[in-house]
Amino acid sequence: MIKRRVVLHFPKELVDKPIVYRLVKDFDLEFNILKAEVSPKEEGVLVLEIKGNDEEFLKGIEYLKNTGVKVQPLSQDVSMDRSRCVDCGVCIPLCPTQALVRNKVSWEVEFIKERCIACGICVSGCPYKAMSIKF
Amino acid sequence: MKTIEEINKKIKEGKVVVVTAEEILDIVKEKGTKKTAQLVDVVTTATFGPMCSSGIYFNIGYTKPRIKLGGGKVTLNKVPCYPGFAAADLVLGASSLPEEDPRNQVYPGEFRYGGGHVIQELVEGKDLILEATAYGTDCYPRKYLKTYINIKDLNEAVLFNLRNCYQNYNVAVNTSSRVIYTYMGILKPNLGNANYATCGKLSPLFNDPYYKTIGIGTKIFLAGTTGFIAWWGTQHNPSVERTEKGIPKFPAATLALIGNLKEMSSKWLVGTSLYGYGVSLSVGIGIPIPILDEEILSYVCIEEKDIISPVVDYSSSYPQGKEDILGFTSYAELKSGRIKIGNKEIPTGCLSSIKKAREIANILKNWIKEGRFFLSKPVASIPSADSGYSFKPLKERKVEND
Repeated sequence: MIKRRVVLHFPKELVDKPIVYRLVKDFDLEFNILKAEVSPKEEGVLVLEIKGNDEEFLKGIEYLKNTGVKVQPLSQDVSMDRSRCVDCGVCIPLCPTQALVRNKVSWEVEFIKERCIACGICVSGCPYKAMSIKF
Repeated sequence: MKTIEEINKKIKEGKVVVVTAEEILDIVKEKGTKKTAQLVDVVTTATFGPMCSSGIYFNIGYTKPRIKLGGGKVTLNKVPCYPGFAAADLVLGASSLPEEDPRNQVYPGEFRYGGGHVIQELVEGKDLILEATAYGTDCYPRKYLKTYINIKDLNEAVLFNLRNCYQNYNVAVNTSSRVIYTYMGILKPNLGNANYATCGKLSPLFNDPYYKTIGIGTKIFLAGTTGFIAWWGTQHNPSVERTEKGIPKFPAATLALIGNLKEMSSKWLVGTSLYGYGVSLSVGIGIPIPILDEEILSYVCIEEKDIISPVVDYSSSYPQGKEDILGFTSYAELKSGRIKIGNKEIPTGCLSSIKKAREIANILKNWIKEGRFFLSKPVASIPSADSGYSFKPLKERKVEND
Protein backbone atom coordinates (compact mmCIF):
# COMPACT_ATOMS: atom_id res chain seq x y z
CA MET A 1 0.00 0.00 0.00
CA ILE A 2 1.43 3.34 -1.01
CA LYS A 3 1.08 6.49 1.07
CA ARG A 4 0.62 9.70 -0.84
CA ARG A 5 0.23 13.20 0.48
CA VAL A 6 -1.98 15.64 -1.34
CA VAL A 7 -3.27 19.15 -0.81
CA LEU A 8 -6.94 19.67 -1.57
CA HIS A 9 -8.27 23.15 -2.24
CA PHE A 10 -12.01 23.48 -1.70
CA PRO A 11 -13.68 26.43 -3.39
CA LYS A 12 -16.18 28.40 -1.31
CA GLU A 13 -19.23 26.53 -2.58
CA LEU A 14 -17.84 23.12 -1.61
CA VAL A 15 -16.62 23.92 1.91
CA ASP A 16 -19.79 22.74 3.63
CA LYS A 17 -20.37 19.65 1.44
CA PRO A 18 -19.48 16.13 2.61
CA ILE A 19 -16.91 14.96 0.09
CA VAL A 20 -13.82 13.23 1.44
CA TYR A 21 -15.71 10.52 3.34
CA ARG A 22 -16.47 8.97 -0.05
CA LEU A 23 -12.77 8.20 -0.50
CA VAL A 24 -13.30 5.58 2.20
CA LYS A 25 -16.79 4.51 1.23
CA ASP A 26 -16.47 4.23 -2.55
CA PHE A 27 -12.73 3.77 -3.13
CA ASP A 28 -11.56 1.87 -0.06
CA LEU A 29 -8.88 4.48 0.66
CA GLU A 30 -7.60 5.24 4.15
CA PHE A 31 -6.75 8.82 4.94
CA ASN A 32 -5.12 10.77 7.70
CA ILE A 33 -5.80 14.51 7.99
CA LEU A 34 -2.52 16.39 8.40
CA LYS A 35 -3.96 19.86 8.17
CA ALA A 36 -7.40 21.37 7.74
CA GLU A 37 -8.13 25.05 7.42
CA VAL A 38 -10.93 27.31 6.27
CA SER A 39 -9.61 30.75 5.37
CA PRO A 40 -11.48 34.00 6.10
CA LYS A 41 -12.43 34.03 2.42
CA GLU A 42 -14.08 30.68 3.19
CA GLU A 43 -11.88 28.60 0.94
CA GLY A 44 -10.93 25.28 2.46
CA VAL A 45 -7.55 23.59 2.48
CA LEU A 46 -7.12 19.99 3.47
CA VAL A 47 -3.82 18.16 3.58
CA LEU A 48 -4.33 14.41 3.43
CA GLU A 49 -2.13 11.38 3.63
CA ILE A 50 -3.90 8.77 1.54
CA LYS A 51 -3.24 5.05 1.69
CA GLY A 52 -4.69 2.60 -0.84
CA ASN A 53 -3.95 0.72 -4.04
CA ASP A 54 -2.89 2.59 -7.17
CA GLU A 55 -6.02 2.12 -9.18
CA GLU A 56 -8.40 3.14 -6.41
CA PHE A 57 -6.18 6.10 -5.53
CA LEU A 58 -6.33 7.45 -9.08
CA LYS A 59 -10.10 6.90 -9.21
CA GLY A 60 -10.51 8.68 -5.89
CA ILE A 61 -8.47 11.64 -7.06
CA GLU A 62 -10.49 11.71 -10.28
CA TYR A 63 -13.68 11.80 -8.21
CA LEU A 64 -12.36 14.73 -6.14
CA LYS A 65 -11.42 16.65 -9.26
CA ASN A 66 -14.86 16.07 -10.76
CA THR A 67 -16.53 17.57 -7.71
CA GLY A 68 -14.53 20.77 -8.26
CA VAL A 69 -11.80 20.21 -5.66
CA LYS A 70 -8.32 21.26 -6.82
CA VAL A 71 -5.74 18.55 -6.12
CA GLN A 72 -2.05 19.26 -5.77
CA PRO A 73 0.84 17.08 -4.61
CA LEU A 74 2.12 18.31 -1.27
CA SER A 75 5.80 18.71 -2.02
CA GLN A 76 5.11 21.71 -4.26
CA ASP A 77 3.95 23.70 -1.28
CA VAL A 78 6.91 23.96 1.08
CA SER A 79 10.12 25.60 0.04
CA MET A 80 13.42 26.68 1.48
CA ASP A 81 14.94 29.98 0.40
CA ARG A 82 18.68 29.27 0.43
CA SER A 83 19.48 32.98 0.28
CA ARG A 84 17.76 33.49 3.64
CA CYS A 85 18.89 30.31 5.41
CA VAL A 86 21.95 30.78 7.64
CA ASP A 87 22.29 27.04 8.37
CA CYS A 88 21.77 27.41 12.11
CA GLY A 89 19.59 24.31 12.32
CA VAL A 90 17.08 25.48 14.89
CA CYS A 91 14.43 23.94 12.60
CA ILE A 92 15.93 20.45 12.65
CA PRO A 93 14.44 19.09 15.90
CA LEU A 94 11.11 20.79 15.17
CA CYS A 95 10.49 18.81 12.00
CA PRO A 96 8.37 15.71 12.82
CA THR A 97 9.46 13.75 9.74
CA GLN A 98 13.21 14.51 9.54
CA ALA A 99 12.71 16.46 6.33
CA LEU A 100 15.26 18.99 7.62
CA VAL A 101 18.64 17.44 8.29
CA ARG A 102 22.20 18.49 9.01
CA ASN A 103 25.01 17.73 6.60
CA LYS A 104 27.68 16.86 9.15
CA VAL A 105 30.55 17.79 6.81
CA SER A 106 29.47 21.15 5.42
CA TRP A 107 27.26 21.83 8.45
CA GLU A 108 24.54 22.93 6.03
CA VAL A 109 20.85 22.38 6.66
CA GLU A 110 19.28 20.31 3.90
CA PHE A 111 15.59 20.12 3.05
CA ILE A 112 14.41 16.72 1.82
CA LYS A 113 11.13 17.62 0.17
CA GLU A 114 9.89 14.04 -0.23
CA ARG A 115 9.76 13.62 3.55
CA CYS A 116 7.85 16.86 4.21
CA ILE A 117 4.24 16.61 5.37
CA ALA A 118 3.72 20.38 5.28
CA CYS A 119 2.93 20.74 8.97
CA GLY A 120 4.37 24.27 8.83
CA ILE A 121 6.27 24.30 12.13
CA CYS A 122 9.55 25.17 10.35
CA VAL A 123 7.85 28.25 8.89
CA SER A 124 7.11 29.58 12.38
CA GLY A 125 10.35 28.31 13.84
CA CYS A 126 12.78 29.85 11.34
CA PRO A 127 14.09 33.19 12.66
CA TYR A 128 15.20 34.17 9.14
CA LYS A 129 11.91 33.42 7.31
CA ALA A 130 13.74 30.96 5.07
CA MET A 131 10.92 28.40 5.03
CA SER A 132 7.61 29.15 3.38
CA ILE A 133 4.45 27.25 2.73
CA LYS A 134 1.79 27.98 0.16
CA PHE A 135 -1.55 26.23 0.06
CA MET B 1 57.42 33.40 23.66
CA LYS B 2 56.23 35.91 21.09
CA THR B 3 54.97 39.47 21.30
CA ILE B 4 52.14 41.14 19.39
CA GLU B 5 54.78 43.41 17.79
CA GLU B 6 56.68 40.38 16.49
CA ILE B 7 53.49 38.86 15.10
CA ASN B 8 52.58 42.15 13.39
CA LYS B 9 56.08 42.28 11.87
CA LYS B 10 55.47 38.79 10.45
CA ILE B 11 52.10 39.94 9.06
CA LYS B 12 53.85 42.85 7.34
CA GLU B 13 56.49 40.55 5.89
CA GLY B 14 53.88 38.04 4.74
CA LYS B 15 55.38 35.34 6.95
CA VAL B 16 52.60 34.99 9.50
CA VAL B 17 51.07 31.57 10.19
CA VAL B 18 47.33 31.75 10.88
CA VAL B 19 44.87 28.90 11.39
CA THR B 20 41.30 28.66 12.68
CA ALA B 21 40.34 27.35 16.13
CA GLU B 22 39.20 24.12 14.45
CA GLU B 23 42.33 23.66 12.35
CA ILE B 24 44.72 24.10 15.29
CA LEU B 25 43.66 20.76 16.82
CA ASP B 26 45.18 18.60 14.06
CA ILE B 27 48.35 20.67 13.99
CA VAL B 28 48.94 20.22 17.73
CA LYS B 29 48.25 16.48 17.47
CA GLU B 30 50.81 16.19 14.68
CA LYS B 31 53.55 18.52 15.88
CA GLY B 32 53.09 18.72 19.65
CA THR B 33 52.62 21.76 21.85
CA LYS B 34 56.14 23.17 21.83
CA LYS B 35 56.63 23.15 18.06
CA THR B 36 53.11 24.40 17.38
CA ALA B 37 53.52 27.33 19.78
CA GLN B 38 56.59 28.38 17.79
CA LEU B 39 55.04 27.71 14.39
CA VAL B 40 51.53 29.18 14.71
CA ASP B 41 51.19 32.92 15.32
CA VAL B 42 47.45 33.49 15.31
CA VAL B 43 44.31 31.38 15.81
CA THR B 44 41.03 32.82 14.57
CA THR B 45 37.73 32.28 16.38
CA ALA B 46 34.21 33.29 15.35
CA THR B 47 30.53 33.23 16.05
CA PHE B 48 27.26 34.08 14.28
CA GLY B 49 23.85 34.14 15.92
CA PRO B 50 21.01 36.26 17.32
CA MET B 51 22.40 38.78 19.83
CA CYS B 52 19.49 40.81 21.17
CA SER B 53 21.57 43.36 23.03
CA SER B 54 22.87 44.87 19.79
CA GLY B 55 22.06 48.29 18.44
CA ILE B 56 23.17 51.32 16.50
CA TYR B 57 23.58 55.03 17.02
CA PHE B 58 23.60 57.56 14.23
CA ASN B 59 23.52 61.29 13.52
CA ILE B 60 21.07 62.58 10.92
CA GLY B 61 22.49 66.12 10.53
CA TYR B 62 20.62 69.41 10.93
CA THR B 63 17.38 70.35 9.20
CA LYS B 64 16.33 73.82 8.03
CA PRO B 65 14.76 75.17 10.19
CA ARG B 66 16.38 73.18 12.97
CA ILE B 67 14.59 70.46 14.93
CA LYS B 68 15.63 69.11 18.34
CA LEU B 69 14.83 65.40 18.49
CA GLY B 70 15.86 65.09 22.15
CA GLY B 71 12.70 64.83 24.25
CA GLY B 72 10.59 64.19 21.17
CA LYS B 73 9.39 61.02 19.48
CA VAL B 74 11.18 59.38 16.57
CA THR B 75 10.54 56.28 14.47
CA LEU B 76 12.49 54.70 11.62
CA ASN B 77 10.19 52.69 9.33
CA LYS B 78 7.70 52.98 12.21
CA VAL B 79 10.14 51.33 14.65
CA PRO B 80 10.76 53.59 17.68
CA CYS B 81 14.28 55.01 18.15
CA TYR B 82 15.61 56.48 21.37
CA PRO B 83 15.97 60.26 20.98
CA GLY B 84 17.39 61.17 24.41
CA PHE B 85 20.74 62.47 23.11
CA ALA B 86 20.83 66.14 22.08
CA ALA B 87 19.24 67.26 18.81
CA ALA B 88 20.26 64.92 15.99
CA ASP B 89 21.64 61.74 17.57
CA LEU B 90 19.46 58.63 17.64
CA VAL B 91 19.83 55.17 19.11
CA LEU B 92 18.03 52.09 17.82
CA GLY B 93 18.12 48.72 19.56
CA ALA B 94 17.63 45.36 17.85
CA SER B 95 14.55 44.47 19.92
CA SER B 96 12.56 47.67 19.25
CA LEU B 97 9.06 47.03 17.82
CA PRO B 98 6.58 49.21 15.92
CA GLU B 99 3.84 50.52 18.17
CA GLU B 100 1.24 48.90 15.92
CA ASP B 101 2.80 45.41 16.17
CA PRO B 102 0.29 43.19 18.02
CA ARG B 103 3.14 41.55 19.95
CA ASN B 104 1.80 38.51 21.83
CA GLN B 105 -1.80 39.73 21.89
CA VAL B 106 -2.42 37.17 19.19
CA TYR B 107 -0.35 34.44 20.79
CA PRO B 108 2.22 33.45 19.67
CA GLY B 109 3.19 36.70 17.95
CA GLU B 110 5.06 36.57 14.64
CA PHE B 111 7.31 39.61 15.19
CA ARG B 112 7.98 39.99 11.50
CA TYR B 113 9.65 43.40 11.61
CA GLY B 114 11.53 45.42 14.21
CA GLY B 115 14.84 47.04 15.15
CA GLY B 116 16.99 44.17 13.86
CA HIS B 117 15.33 44.33 10.44
CA VAL B 118 15.66 48.13 10.28
CA ILE B 119 19.39 47.83 11.01
CA GLN B 120 19.77 45.20 8.27
CA GLU B 121 17.93 47.38 5.73
CA LEU B 122 19.93 50.48 6.67
CA VAL B 123 23.16 48.52 6.09
CA GLU B 124 21.78 47.27 2.75
CA GLY B 125 21.58 50.90 1.65
CA LYS B 126 17.78 51.07 1.53
CA ASP B 127 15.95 54.38 1.99
CA LEU B 128 14.11 54.33 5.31
CA ILE B 129 11.36 56.65 6.51
CA LEU B 130 12.26 58.79 9.51
CA GLU B 131 9.33 60.44 11.26
CA ALA B 132 9.82 62.77 14.22
CA THR B 133 7.81 65.06 16.43
CA ALA B 134 9.48 67.58 18.72
CA TYR B 135 8.26 70.24 21.15
CA GLY B 136 10.05 73.21 19.56
CA THR B 137 12.36 75.76 21.18
CA ASP B 138 13.58 79.24 20.28
CA CYS B 139 16.76 77.80 18.78
CA TYR B 140 15.12 74.61 17.39
CA PRO B 141 11.67 75.78 16.29
CA ARG B 142 10.61 72.90 14.03
CA LYS B 143 8.11 70.43 15.46
CA TYR B 144 7.60 67.81 12.75
CA LEU B 145 9.83 65.98 10.30
CA LYS B 146 9.11 63.19 7.83
CA THR B 147 11.81 62.23 5.37
CA TYR B 148 13.68 59.39 3.74
CA ILE B 149 17.12 58.78 5.15
CA ASN B 150 19.94 56.68 3.74
CA ILE B 151 23.04 55.39 5.51
CA LYS B 152 25.32 57.15 3.01
CA ASP B 153 23.91 60.54 4.03
CA LEU B 154 24.24 60.01 7.79
CA ASN B 155 27.15 61.75 9.52
CA GLU B 156 28.00 58.78 11.69
CA ALA B 157 26.38 55.36 11.85
CA VAL B 158 27.89 53.08 14.46
CA LEU B 159 27.08 49.56 15.59
CA PHE B 160 27.40 49.45 19.37
CA ASN B 161 26.48 46.17 21.00
CA LEU B 162 26.11 46.10 24.75
CA ARG B 163 26.36 42.35 25.14
CA ASN B 164 27.70 39.92 22.55
CA CYS B 165 29.85 36.79 22.39
CA TYR B 166 28.53 35.05 25.50
CA GLN B 167 31.14 32.75 26.97
CA ASN B 168 28.95 29.66 27.30
CA TYR B 169 25.17 29.62 27.32
CA ASN B 170 22.23 27.59 28.57
CA VAL B 171 20.86 24.62 26.67
CA ALA B 172 17.11 25.24 26.65
CA VAL B 173 14.48 22.52 27.13
CA ASN B 174 10.79 22.39 28.01
CA THR B 175 9.52 19.87 30.59
CA SER B 176 5.93 21.12 30.51
CA SER B 177 3.12 19.55 28.50
CA ARG B 178 2.61 22.49 26.11
CA VAL B 179 4.74 24.09 23.38
CA ILE B 180 6.58 27.21 24.56
CA TYR B 181 7.97 30.06 22.46
CA THR B 182 11.26 31.46 23.73
CA TYR B 183 14.33 33.43 22.65
CA MET B 184 15.93 29.99 22.43
CA GLY B 185 13.42 29.04 19.74
CA ILE B 186 10.27 26.95 19.80
CA LEU B 187 10.58 24.33 22.54
CA LYS B 188 8.41 21.25 22.15
CA PRO B 189 6.72 19.77 25.24
CA ASN B 190 8.04 16.89 27.34
CA LEU B 191 11.68 17.47 26.43
CA GLY B 192 10.87 17.43 22.71
CA ASN B 193 14.03 19.30 21.75
CA ALA B 194 17.11 20.90 23.30
CA ASN B 195 18.39 24.15 21.82
CA TYR B 196 21.89 25.55 22.25
CA ALA B 197 23.33 28.89 21.29
CA THR B 198 27.08 29.17 20.94
CA CYS B 199 29.45 27.96 18.22
CA GLY B 200 31.28 25.71 20.71
CA LYS B 201 34.90 25.13 19.77
CA LEU B 202 34.92 28.12 17.37
CA SER B 203 33.31 30.52 19.84
CA PRO B 204 35.79 33.28 20.80
CA LEU B 205 35.77 33.26 24.59
CA PHE B 206 35.99 29.45 24.92
CA ASN B 207 39.43 29.83 23.31
CA ASP B 208 40.69 32.46 25.75
CA PRO B 209 38.82 31.50 28.90
CA TYR B 210 40.67 33.92 31.23
CA TYR B 211 40.74 36.84 28.71
CA LYS B 212 44.54 36.85 28.60
CA THR B 213 44.71 38.19 25.04
CA ILE B 214 41.17 39.50 24.51
CA GLY B 215 40.52 42.82 26.26
CA ILE B 216 39.42 46.40 25.84
CA GLY B 217 40.72 47.77 22.54
CA THR B 218 41.19 44.38 20.87
CA LYS B 219 40.67 44.70 17.12
CA ILE B 220 38.17 42.19 15.73
CA PHE B 221 36.06 41.22 12.70
CA LEU B 222 32.67 42.82 13.23
CA ALA B 223 29.95 42.20 10.64
CA GLY B 224 32.27 42.38 7.66
CA THR B 225 34.65 45.13 8.73
CA THR B 226 37.15 45.75 11.52
CA GLY B 227 35.63 46.64 14.86
CA PHE B 228 36.82 46.82 18.43
CA ILE B 229 36.03 45.53 21.88
CA ALA B 230 34.82 48.66 23.66
CA TRP B 231 34.28 47.27 27.15
CA TRP B 232 33.17 44.08 28.83
CA GLY B 233 29.55 43.38 28.05
CA THR B 234 26.58 43.83 30.32
CA GLN B 235 25.77 40.87 32.59
CA HIS B 236 29.50 39.98 32.52
CA ASN B 237 29.83 37.13 35.00
CA PRO B 238 33.38 35.74 35.01
CA SER B 239 33.37 34.34 38.55
CA VAL B 240 31.14 31.29 37.85
CA GLU B 241 32.31 27.74 38.51
CA ARG B 242 34.80 26.42 35.95
CA THR B 243 36.07 23.07 34.70
CA GLU B 244 39.67 21.93 35.24
CA LYS B 245 40.59 23.42 31.88
CA GLY B 246 39.18 26.78 32.88
CA ILE B 247 35.94 26.64 30.86
CA PRO B 248 33.07 28.29 32.73
CA LYS B 249 30.24 25.80 33.33
CA PHE B 250 27.59 28.54 33.10
CA PRO B 251 27.08 31.70 31.02
CA ALA B 252 30.07 33.87 31.97
CA ALA B 253 31.94 36.66 30.19
CA THR B 254 30.36 38.95 27.59
CA LEU B 255 31.78 41.68 25.35
CA ALA B 256 30.60 45.12 24.27
CA LEU B 257 31.57 45.73 20.63
CA ILE B 258 31.80 48.79 18.45
CA GLY B 259 32.39 49.43 14.75
CA ASN B 260 31.55 51.55 11.73
CA LEU B 261 28.10 50.50 10.48
CA LYS B 262 28.76 52.15 7.11
CA GLU B 263 31.45 49.57 6.36
CA MET B 264 29.42 46.56 7.46
CA SER B 265 27.57 43.99 5.36
CA SER B 266 24.02 42.69 5.76
CA LYS B 267 25.49 39.24 5.23
CA TRP B 268 26.69 39.48 8.84
CA LEU B 269 23.92 41.66 10.30
CA VAL B 270 20.60 39.94 9.81
CA GLY B 271 17.25 40.90 11.32
CA THR B 272 15.64 37.89 12.99
CA SER B 273 12.10 37.07 14.10
CA LEU B 274 11.79 34.81 17.11
CA TYR B 275 8.26 33.40 17.04
CA GLY B 276 6.31 34.28 20.17
CA TYR B 277 9.30 36.15 21.60
CA GLY B 278 10.34 39.18 19.57
CA VAL B 279 12.87 40.63 17.18
CA SER B 280 16.63 40.34 17.31
CA LEU B 281 19.74 40.91 15.23
CA SER B 282 22.11 38.15 14.21
CA VAL B 283 25.70 39.35 14.28
CA GLY B 284 28.85 37.86 12.77
CA ILE B 285 31.98 38.29 14.89
CA GLY B 286 35.56 37.06 14.56
CA ILE B 287 38.32 37.46 17.14
CA PRO B 288 42.01 36.67 16.56
CA ILE B 289 44.02 35.10 19.36
CA PRO B 290 47.77 35.68 19.24
CA ILE B 291 49.66 32.54 20.23
CA LEU B 292 52.11 34.30 22.54
CA ASP B 293 53.22 31.19 24.42
CA GLU B 294 52.39 27.56 25.19
CA GLU B 295 49.82 28.55 27.80
CA ILE B 296 47.75 30.55 25.28
CA LEU B 297 48.11 27.65 22.84
CA SER B 298 46.77 25.23 25.46
CA TYR B 299 43.60 27.34 25.72
CA VAL B 300 42.88 27.34 21.98
CA CYS B 301 43.33 23.56 21.95
CA ILE B 302 40.08 23.12 23.82
CA GLU B 303 37.83 20.46 22.23
CA GLU B 304 34.05 20.14 21.96
CA LYS B 305 34.04 17.41 24.60
CA ASP B 306 35.73 19.78 27.08
CA ILE B 307 32.98 22.40 26.75
CA ILE B 308 29.98 21.71 28.96
CA SER B 309 26.79 23.72 29.32
CA PRO B 310 23.90 23.64 31.77
CA VAL B 311 20.53 22.25 30.62
CA VAL B 312 17.83 24.65 31.79
CA ASP B 313 14.06 24.20 31.84
CA TYR B 314 12.54 27.19 30.07
CA SER B 315 9.01 26.22 31.12
CA SER B 316 9.65 26.78 34.85
CA SER B 317 13.16 27.47 36.22
CA TYR B 318 14.16 30.11 33.68
CA PRO B 319 10.97 32.22 33.68
CA GLN B 320 10.78 32.05 37.48
CA GLY B 321 14.40 33.12 37.83
CA LYS B 322 15.37 29.94 39.66
CA GLU B 323 18.89 28.64 39.37
CA ASP B 324 18.26 24.89 39.32
CA ILE B 325 19.39 22.98 36.25
CA LEU B 326 18.58 19.55 34.82
CA GLY B 327 22.25 18.66 34.40
CA PHE B 328 25.17 19.33 32.08
CA THR B 329 25.85 18.30 28.51
CA SER B 330 28.93 18.68 26.32
CA TYR B 331 29.27 20.31 22.91
CA ALA B 332 30.39 16.96 21.53
CA GLU B 333 26.96 15.62 22.44
CA LEU B 334 25.06 18.74 21.37
CA LYS B 335 26.69 18.76 17.94
CA SER B 336 26.05 15.03 17.44
CA GLY B 337 22.38 15.99 17.08
CA ARG B 338 21.15 14.28 20.25
CA ILE B 339 21.70 14.61 23.98
CA LYS B 340 20.61 12.34 26.80
CA ILE B 341 18.72 13.63 29.81
CA GLY B 342 17.91 10.86 32.24
CA ASN B 343 16.88 8.03 29.98
CA LYS B 344 15.52 10.26 27.26
CA GLU B 345 17.31 11.04 24.00
CA ILE B 346 16.49 14.54 22.83
CA PRO B 347 17.18 15.98 19.37
CA THR B 348 19.19 19.22 19.45
CA GLY B 349 18.78 22.48 17.57
CA CYS B 350 21.29 25.31 17.30
CA LEU B 351 20.53 29.04 17.27
CA SER B 352 24.03 29.96 16.08
CA SER B 353 25.37 29.17 12.64
CA ILE B 354 28.52 27.10 12.84
CA LYS B 355 28.78 27.24 9.05
CA LYS B 356 28.79 31.04 9.07
CA ALA B 357 31.22 31.10 12.01
CA ARG B 358 33.62 28.90 10.01
CA GLU B 359 33.33 31.30 7.11
CA ILE B 360 34.17 34.27 9.36
CA ALA B 361 37.13 32.47 10.98
CA ASN B 362 38.48 31.86 7.46
CA ILE B 363 37.87 35.43 6.28
CA LEU B 364 39.74 36.81 9.29
CA LYS B 365 42.51 34.29 8.68
CA ASN B 366 42.86 35.54 5.11
CA TRP B 367 42.78 39.21 6.14
CA ILE B 368 45.72 38.57 8.47
CA LYS B 369 47.61 36.46 5.92
CA GLU B 370 47.15 39.13 3.25
CA GLY B 371 48.44 41.85 5.56
CA ARG B 372 45.08 43.64 5.75
CA PHE B 373 44.55 43.12 9.47
CA PHE B 374 47.10 43.67 12.23
CA LEU B 375 46.67 42.52 15.81
CA SER B 376 46.25 44.97 18.67
CA LYS B 377 47.29 44.66 22.26
CA PRO B 378 44.42 45.34 24.69
CA VAL B 379 44.72 48.73 26.38
CA ALA B 380 43.05 47.33 29.52
CA SER B 381 41.90 43.92 30.75
CA ILE B 382 38.32 42.85 31.30
CA PRO B 383 37.48 41.45 34.77
CA SER B 384 38.48 37.79 34.90
CA ALA B 385 37.74 34.74 37.07
CA ASP B 386 39.67 36.03 40.08
CA SER B 387 38.22 39.57 40.01
CA GLY B 388 35.22 38.89 42.22
CA TYR B 389 33.10 40.62 39.55
CA SER B 390 29.69 39.01 39.20
CA PHE B 391 26.22 39.45 37.73
CA LYS B 392 23.52 40.32 40.26
CA PRO B 393 19.77 39.89 39.96
CA LEU B 394 17.63 42.97 40.59
CA LYS B 395 16.92 43.63 44.22
CA GLU B 396 13.32 44.83 44.19
CA ARG B 397 12.33 47.33 46.84
CA LYS B 398 8.79 48.32 47.65
CA VAL B 399 7.99 51.85 46.51
CA GLU B 400 6.24 53.71 49.32
CA ASN B 401 3.24 56.03 48.79
CA ASP B 402 2.63 54.57 45.33
